[in-house]
Amino acid sequence: MFFMIVATLFPLTLTPELSRLRDAAPGVLWVGALLSSLLALEFLFREDAQDGTLEQFALSGQSLTWMLFAKTCTHWLLTGLPLALSAPVAAVGLGVPAGAMWSVVASLALGGFALSLVGAISAGLTLGARRGGVLLSLLTLPLAVPILVFGADATQRAITGDAIAPPMYLLGAIAVLGVTLAPLAAAAAVRIGLE
Amino acid sequence: MLNVSGLHLWRGDRHVLRDVSFSAAPGQCVQLTGKNGAGKTTLLRAIAGLLEPEEGQVSWRGSPARQTRDEFHAELAYLGHEPALKGDLSGHENLRFSVGIRRAVTADEIGAALTRTGAAGFSDRAVRMLSAGQRRRVALAGVLLSGAALWLLDEPTTNLDVEGQQLVSALIDEHLARNGIVVAAVHHSLALTSAGLVSLELGAA
Repeated sequence: MFFMIVATLFPLTLTPELSRLRDAAPGVLWVGALLSSLLALEFLFREDAQDGTLEQFALSGQSLTWMLFAKTCTHWLLTGLPLALSAPVAAVGLGVPAGAMWSVVASLALGGFALSLVGAISAGLTLGARRGGVLLSLLTLPLAVPILVFGADATQRAITGDAIAPPMYLLGAIAVLGVTLAPLAAAAAVRIGLE
Repeated sequence: MLNVSGLHLWRGDRHVLRDVSFSAAPGQCVQLTGKNGAGKTTLLRAIAGLLEPEEGQVSWRGSPARQTRDEFHAELAYLGHEPALKGDLSGHENLRFSVGIRRAVTADEIGAALTRTGAAGFSDRAVRMLSAGQRRRVALAGVLLSGAALWLLDEPTTNLDVEGQQLVSALIDEHLARNGIVVAAVHHSLALTSAGLVSLELGAA
């Protein structure tokens, strides 16, 4: 929702010229996606921590790592995927050619998944903090920069009609690294956060 | 079977637990008493492994609980201040999930446990619509279903009516008869019929 608002406000405020909007499109789409995923990340574990269910997860005798991984995937399915699927609507407004839509959706979906994984670590770390939202953004931003760079690059290449494979491979590599390491780190962070 | 030795724990600059030691054998219930802020909840959380003590150790079946964490947790049920229920789900759904992540459980088992704790009448209503005492009855059914040998109960009788408090005592008695172990933080002494009741006063020194 936030993403749609940001992405539709840009054409209204910048310029009605499609060619110039098209230049700004990758940046607008990706900054919008990053900010909206940061907003959503705050609620990844917060409610569970407040009502005590996260504690029960930690005490269930099952692997907390897998449970948090499942939770992060669900979170992506409910926030990241809808964002990627709604991106074409915003992209049309930014003058992205119709042929590039699939690539835009694919890069946002993959990048969003990597963002959710990275964000899970920060969400775990900021559990104990009051007003953790600001801290969460500060912690996540540096880690999110590579995703932002390669994601925007992929979108840029899609618009100009170049091969998007190279930045997509790099995004995929970040996501794979995230899948292997982030749930472990998030589980450790949540255990600290519960203290 | 549960052995706590020389536990020291600091919260910030407050020395909350000072050299707490006790042990509990199967069929024993340790009731933790003490003023507000004496460290009853802290001790329960430290036993559960949610808090790491600065010194001392908790061991279960002879091995340190920290090193065999998953095995220890599989045998442990912790009932905290908050009953750890999701407001949007009904009592029955909550239990299907929270017990389901520990072991396979059937709807009949859940129904029987809810009936036992007097929660069957409102188990299909969203938990957010329930009173604090009703939620606690649902949470108690969860403890009952967990199949755990060690129960850690933090003020189990809070918000419950007189009949509910008797129910808690009866449930603990039954658990002790099954050779279970209970550690409970209480304000009023539990009225148990079994002989295995031990009291430990915290913050007395």
